[in-house]
Amino acid sequence: MTEPLVKPKRKDPLKRTRLPLSPQGARSRTALGLVAAAAEGRFALQVCDQCAKIVYPPRDACPACFAPAPPFRDVPPEGALLATTTIRTSTDTYYRERMPWRVGTIRLDCGPSIVAHIHGDVSDGDRVRMSLHLDRSGQAVAFALPLTETPAMADDPQLREMTCDPKFRRALVTDGRTAVGQAAAKALSDAGASIVFVGLADEWKPFPGDAALRAIPNVEIVPLDVTNSESVGDLAADIGGRVDIIVNTAEHVRPGGLMARRGLVVAREEMEIRYFGLMRLAQSFGPILRMRGADGVNSATAIVNFLFVHALANLPEFGAYSATEAACLSATHSLRSELRPGGVKCINIFHGPLETEWFQTVPPPKVAPSALGKAAVDALRRGLEDVFVGDIAQDIRARAAANPKALEREL
Amino acid sequence: MSVRPRQNYNGVVAAAPVTIPYERYSIHAAHWWIGRALRALADLARLKPADIDGFSVSSFTVGPDTAIGLTQHFGLSPRFLDHVPLGGASGVVALRRAARAVQAGDADMIACVAADTNHVDSFRRTLSTFSRFAQDAVYPYGSGGPNASFALITRAYMDRFGATREDFGRICVAQRDNALAFPHALMKKPLTLAEYMDARAISDPIHLFDCVMPCAGAEAFLVCTEERARDLGLPFVRILSTIERHNAFMDDPIQFRGGWVVDLDAFYGHAGVKPDDVDLLQTYDDYPVISMMQIEDLGFCKKGEAASFVRAHDLTFRGDFPHNTSGGQLSVGQAGAAGGYLGLVEAMRQLCGEAGANQVRDAEIALVSGFGMINYDRGLASGAAIIARA
Repeated sequence: MTEPLVKPKRKDPLKRTRLPLSPQGARSRTALGLVAAAAEGRFALQVCDQCAKIVYPPRDACPACFAPAPPFRDVPPEGALLATTTIRTSTDTYYRERMPWRVGTIRLDCGPSIVAHIHGDVSDGDRVRMSLHLDRSGQAVAFALPLTETPAMADDPQLREMTCDPKFRRALVTDGRTAVGQAAAKALSDAGASIVFVGLADEWKPFPGDAALRAIPNVEIVPLDVTNSESVGDLAADIGGRVDIIVNTAEHVRPGGLMARRGLVVAREEMEIRYFGLMRLAQSFGPILRMRGADGVNSATAIVNFLFVHALANLPEFGAYSATEAACLSATHSLRSELRPGGVKCINIFHGPLETEWFQTVPPPKVAPSALGKAAVDALRRGLEDVFVGDIAQDIRARAAANPKALEREL
Repeated sequence: MSVRPRQNYNGVVAAAPVTIPYERYSIHAAHWWIGRALRALADLARLKPADIDGFSVSSFTVGPDTAIGLTQHFGLSPRFLDHVPLGGASGVVALRRAARAVQAGDADMIACVAADTNHVDSFRRTLSTFSRFAQDAVYPYGSGGPNASFALITRAYMDRFGATREDFGRICVAQRDNALAFPHALMKKPLTLAEYMDARAISDPIHLFDCVMPCAGAEAFLVCTEERARDLGLPFVRILSTIERHNAFMDDPIQFRGGWVVDLDAFYGHAGVKPDDVDLLQTYDDYPVISMMQIEDLGFCKKGEAASFVRAHDLTFRGDFPHNTSGGQLSVGQAGAAGGYLGLVEAMRQLCGEAGANQVRDAEIALVSGFGMINYDRGLASGAAIIARA
C-alpha cells in the first residue's frame, strides 16, 4: 500500500534547489492525439472507423484494414497487468534522479497491449484501470491504476509526478473578494494545502464573506492588487518562493458589446484585471514557479485560470468581456509553453455564466462559485489541463468544435 | 504459406569471416569501422575496391549516411547495394539476400559488413530515437531502454514457464567461459553462477550479467561463388537453408516466441538436416531469455522447456551442446548491428576450422539465429541460417 505523504519540513535555505528536468517529450504528430484526451482526463485510443480495431501505439493507418488515420475515441480503460519491472538504471537525466521506477505491460480488455507507468498499489496479474496523464514534459502517458480507490492512492510518488495535488502544497488565491476566490480558498484548504495565501487589495474595505474567508483553516491574507505591477512584484518578492500553486480568481465581468459602451474605460478595466493581471502574475511569479518545478514534495506545480467559455466563441451580450477572455485564453497557451520546462502546468477551467451579481440578468443554467472551486482542486489532483464546468461550458465547447461558424451566428 | 519449392544455394558460399576487435568506446565514426572491415576483407581476398561489385551494410550509427553514401565514401561502384537495418537479424538477412544476388548473377563479389561505433553518450541518443513507437510509447516510461523492455518479456516468460534466474545464469556463465578463450572478447573476467546471482539488479528480473555491453566494432564476410572462393584461396562455408520472418504472432499480448516457429519445417526440410544434426548453435543473445526462446523455437526442445534443456547440457565450446562459442554478445560485447553478425561470423570461423582456442571439434553443421529490433514491446525481426563445412 502507498505510504501516505509526510508533510515536508521547512526547506533548508542553504540547500541548492534541484532544477527541474523533463522526461522525453518528443512525440510523433499522430501520438499527440493522446494529449487531447489526457488534458481532459479521458482515456482514448485510436479506434478504426472502418473495422473498429482498437490501435496502440498510435499509427497512421489501421493495422487490420489499412484505413487511414484512425480517430481517437474514448475506450474502456480496464485491463490485466501482465508483467512489471522495476527500472533501477536509466540513461535519462529526469528518470535517473527518480529511480527506481515501475513500468509494466497491460493487456487491455479492448485489445491492445500497452506499456505504462504502474501505480505502487498494483502488482503482476492484477486487474487495473488505465488513465492518460500529462507528464512533466506536458505529453500524454498511460498510467495503470488500481481498479478501486486505495488509501493514500494519490500519494504514490510516480502518480504525484503526473498530478498537481494541493496536499502539502502552498497555494495563492489572487483575489479573495470574489465568490470564486472564496470558494477556491475553501476547496484548497479542504484538499490539504498547507497554506492558502489569499490576496486582497485594500484589505480595509469590507466585502461579503470576509469573516468566513478568514475562518478557513490555513488561510493567510496577503496584500495583492493584480492591476498594480508593484503590488504583484512585492508579493512575489515576499512569498514567491513559497507559492506552489496560483489560482487566479481576479475577475471583472461587465455586460456589453463594442458599440454599447462609451469610451474605453470599462474595457481597459477588464484588460487590466484579467489580461494584464495574468501577465503581471506570470512575470513576477512565473519564473520562480518554473525554477521550483522539482523542489521536492511541495514543488511548484500549476497556475489555474478561470476562463469565461465565450473566450472560444464571442457572446455579444458580453462582447467586450468575451474578447478579454479570448486574449486571456491565448495568453495561457503562451504561459503553458513557457512553464513547461519547469514541469509546471497551466490549467484552464472554462465556465459559463455564474451565480454571481454580474450575471444577474442571464437565465439558468448557471454555475455556482463553489463548483468552480471544486473543479480547480479536481483538476489539480488529476493533473488536467482543460476543464469545462457546467452545461453551458460543455455545450459551447462541443458546438465550437463541431461548427464554429454556426455557433457564431447562434450566439 | 507458400507451397512453391525454394531453390537451394548450390554454388554460392560465404567466405572470409572477419572480426575487427571491439572497443568499449571509440573516438572514431562508424565509417572508420566499416572501412577497417572492408580493408580486412580486401587483404584476405586480395581485392581492390573495383573488385567488389556488391555491398551490404548494417549500422545504427552511420547516419546521416545510408548505403548509397558509403559507396562514394569507400570508392565502391557496386551493382548490388543493400542496407539491412534489422539489428540482430542483420547477419542472416544480409547473407540470404547476397546469396540470391550472386546466384542470380546480379553480383559476383558482395562484401557484407556490420559495424557501429560507440561514443560516450551515443547509446542514450540511439535509445531515445530508436523507433517511432519507442519514442511515442516506450522511452517516456522510465527510459530504461531495452533492459526494461526485455525485463517485462523475461518476467512474463519466467511466470509462464517456470524458468529461474539460475537457468538464465547457466547461459551467461557458459558464454563467459567461452569468451575466456576468445581473443577479441571484452569480458575477460571469469564469471561464476554465484557472481551472476549476486549481481546488482538493473530492471528486475534483469540483473547486470543479463545485459550486453554496448561497444564499437565490426564484423564482415564475403558472398561469392564457390569457384571464386577457391580461386582466391578463401576459407568458406556452404549455405544449406535460411529463413526470415518479421512481426510474427502480433496478437500475443506479450512476446514468448518468435517468427522462427512459423517457418521451421521448411527451414530444416530445405537444409535436409534435423536439429540433432546441428553441431553448434549461435543464438542472438541480447538477453538470455531470447536465447532460450530460440533454443525452443528452433526445435532443440519443446516450447517452455529451454530451462530444463540448459540444465541438462554443457553449453561451452567443449560441451555436448556448443552454444555462442565465442562468448556471444553477453561476453564479447554488443557492437550495435555487428551484434547481428557476431554469431554468423563465429560460426563461419568454426566451420572453417579457424576458431583457434575455441574450436568445436568436428564441427560440420552450424545453425545461426538472428533476432532484432524491439520497435515497441517485442523483437520484430527473426531469421536463421544453417551453414555447413565446405
